[in-house]
Amino acid sequence: MERHYYDEMHAAPDQVRGHYRALAQWLAETPPERVLEKRREADLLFHRVGITFAVYGDAQGAERLIPFDTIPRIIPLAEWELLVKGLTQRVTALNRFLHDIYHGQEILKAGVIPAEQVLTHDAYQVAMLGLDLPNETYSQIAGIDLVRNQDGRWHVLEDNLRTPSGVSYMIENRRMMMRLFPELFASQHVLPVEHYPTMLLETLRAAAPRSRHEPTVVLLTPGPYNSAYFEHAFLAEEMGIELVEGQDLLVKDGFVYMRTTGGPQRVDVIYRRMDDAYLDPLAFRVESLLGVPGLLSAYRAGNVGLANAIGTGVADDKSTYPFVPDMIRFYLGEAPLIENVPTWQCKRPDDLAHVLHNLAELVVKEVQGSGGYGMLIGPAATQAQLEAFRARLQANPSNYIAQPTLALSTCPTFVERGIAPRHVDLRPFVLSGKEVKIVPGGLTRVALKQGSLVVNSSQGGGTKDTWVVD
Amino acid sequence: MLSRAAARIYWMSRQIERAENLARILGVTSNLLLFGKPEVQEQNLLAPLSITGAAEAFFARHRALTLPALITFLALDEDNHSSIYYCIRMARENAHAMRGQITSEMWESLNATWIEMRAMRHEQVTGAGATRFFDWVKERSHLFRGITYGTIVRGEAFNFSRLGTFLERADNTARILDVKYHVLLPSVEDVGGALDYYQWAALLRSVSSFSTYRTLYHDQIYPIRVAELLLLERRMPRSIAACLEQVREAIGKIEGQNDQAAKRLAWELYARLTYADVKEIFQGGLHEYLTACLTDMDELGHRIGRAYLGVV
Repeated sequence: MERHYYDEMHAAPDQVRGHYRALAQWLAETPPERVLEKRREADLLFHRVGITFAVYGDAQGAERLIPFDTIPRIIPLAEWELLVKGLTQRVTALNRFLHDIYHGQEILKAGVIPAEQVLTHDAYQVAMLGLDLPNETYSQIAGIDLVRNQDGRWHVLEDNLRTPSGVSYMIENRRMMMRLFPELFASQHVLPVEHYPTMLLETLRAAAPRSRHEPTVVLLTPGPYNSAYFEHAFLAEEMGIELVEGQDLLVKDGFVYMRTTGGPQRVDVIYRRMDDAYLDPLAFRVESLLGVPGLLSAYRAGNVGLANAIGTGVADDKSTYPFVPDMIRFYLGEAPLIENVPTWQCKRPDDLAHVLHNLAELVVKEVQGSGGYGMLIGPAATQAQLEAFRARLQANPSNYIAQPTLALSTCPTFVERGIAPRHVDLRPFVLSGKEVKIVPGGLTRVALKQGSLVVNSSQGGGTKDTWVVD
Repeated sequence: MLSRAAARIYWMSRQIERAENLARILGVTSNLLLFGKPEVQEQNLLAPLSITGAAEAFFARHRALTLPALITFLALDEDNHSSIYYCIRMARENAHAMRGQITSEMWESLNATWIEMRAMRHEQVTGAGATRFFDWVKERSHLFRGITYGTIVRGEAFNFSRLGTFLERADNTARILDVKYHVLLPSVEDVGGALDYYQWAALLRSVSSFSTYRTLYHDQIYPIRVAELLLLERRMPRSIAACLEQVREAIGKIEGQNDQAAKRLAWELYARLTYADVKEIFQGGLHEYLTACLTDMDELGHRIGRAYLGVV
């Protein structure tokens, strides 16, 4: 089936879009050998960094390098500014929603979202009820996954409000591009992204208990065997804060301290990169050795800030996703600036019937799934796969949602035989402290396999530098 | 600095220093066997095991005490926690976990040492190549220390690295002196008696101080002077006094809380060695003196652990 995709670079086969003109000219003028040589250099440099990745995971099997593509993905500033408005609107509404469901529950009372959708949700944390957070912010760091459809319109594919990762690639990719192709940056104005760690630190400080003037912030990692450990170490170093493990922290008299050579030192904000369930063995999973006993009580006493807050998962999973546009209308009285992808909730009988009838055209996802696992891509599935999935779907409908197979936009990408279009998405990182801030850019993921629509790195995806150009 | 980080850096430095001292001890043992009188050969072979306190573990694994078996056990045995192999492995593991806190040069050097160590074949180490292997271990240790001094910022990581290096070295020199002196002088009456020149020269060489002895004393080798040099000579960088001076300086720079007990003992040890009289030491018995020093250095290690490294 021949499908039409939005080409990010070309308006027509021989017509390059305005914001790609400088790049196209450079590609045309630069001898292919030089580009090839630079690509090899990039491979080599990343391999060196990659050795870092691999060694960190060496006890649990080598971690793969995420391939880097040297053709940037470009977004004109005017378009970016619209995205910023839409993202700010969306994350603001999501934070309002989280505050509401742990306080007055106005949105449930108004019947905008069914109460059972929220209150019986696995990620809903009763411990958060009535707890007042600084700036009423729950998800200080959000990664919102965006895609463009056939006509180039942006849609939100997924909200990530727990511990979104990937921002280290955004920064490393930019450093790599500036190192390899400085002339590209001289010929046009690419907005910088390198100040992200500074912005992040400011955001984290805003999550400190109110009385603390120069709050001490730490990054809590599950440890070197976590797949995102490289990013944890990278961000801690860039921000100049301690990278701690659970064993480095202790709770005494309701306050959190880290064990240092100079004795216990008070900790005011924990940028935690582990899931709720592992944070405090006294409150959540007893068997967790990664967490800090007593952390929840210190948090509830208002003596330490957590970023992100506990219990944000109720707002970002795929069963809540269809309600986000309603949240925006309910809390902000505005129309959503960036649309959702149309979504059928299989727990609704009508929706289920539609999904079962059109299974071969749809993408079906597990409500709690992530990383591209456990999903069905109808058009790419065999008859046997379709039937197997149909049985699973009928057995447990409320575990699934379905969406039309998206015609993700394409961006030119280096492949074995030169340059070819490959599908991309975009994850901008939205920081909510005293105000909402977004660094101009994000992580562009690219499906390197021809025709593939799955951009997840666990499924053979790569990354690109993302340019917002003035 | 996080206690966990300090502990890893402290142990990384101790382990690499320990590997070096093991190489020195094994090197001198191989040498002694070439020159020693037949009646002391077994004692010479036993000495490295006494020094490292690993005799029991050795005989659990080896029936006969031969030089190849000894080298296999102390240089290559993966399960022996007092082997060069194990020390290098642990030093590298600690460095790996602390890559953000040490310089990349330090990490790369230790990692390269480990990769070479892992590839080392048995016959390269136990046979004719043994001396070359011991020299390699010493060189890698020198290189790592040089890189550390040449690249790391003078902060807490440096203080803990220095503390680990010199406490370990003081401990090792005390052990070498204690055991070898005992082997070389089976009874007190022998003090000042006929000496096996080569044996004493080997002892001095094991701590790189043969020519230092010559330079400082311009004299033939007397046991009491050897002891004085290794114990009290502050110009000799492997003497216990010189090491404890470094320990005292390094711990003095560490800003701690509830670390009075550790700092006090560091100063006490320093004062004891700095204002000592070698004749008095011999009157009280060298072995007794060294035993007391080793006990106190061990206690200092425990106090450092409790004061800074999160040991409960």
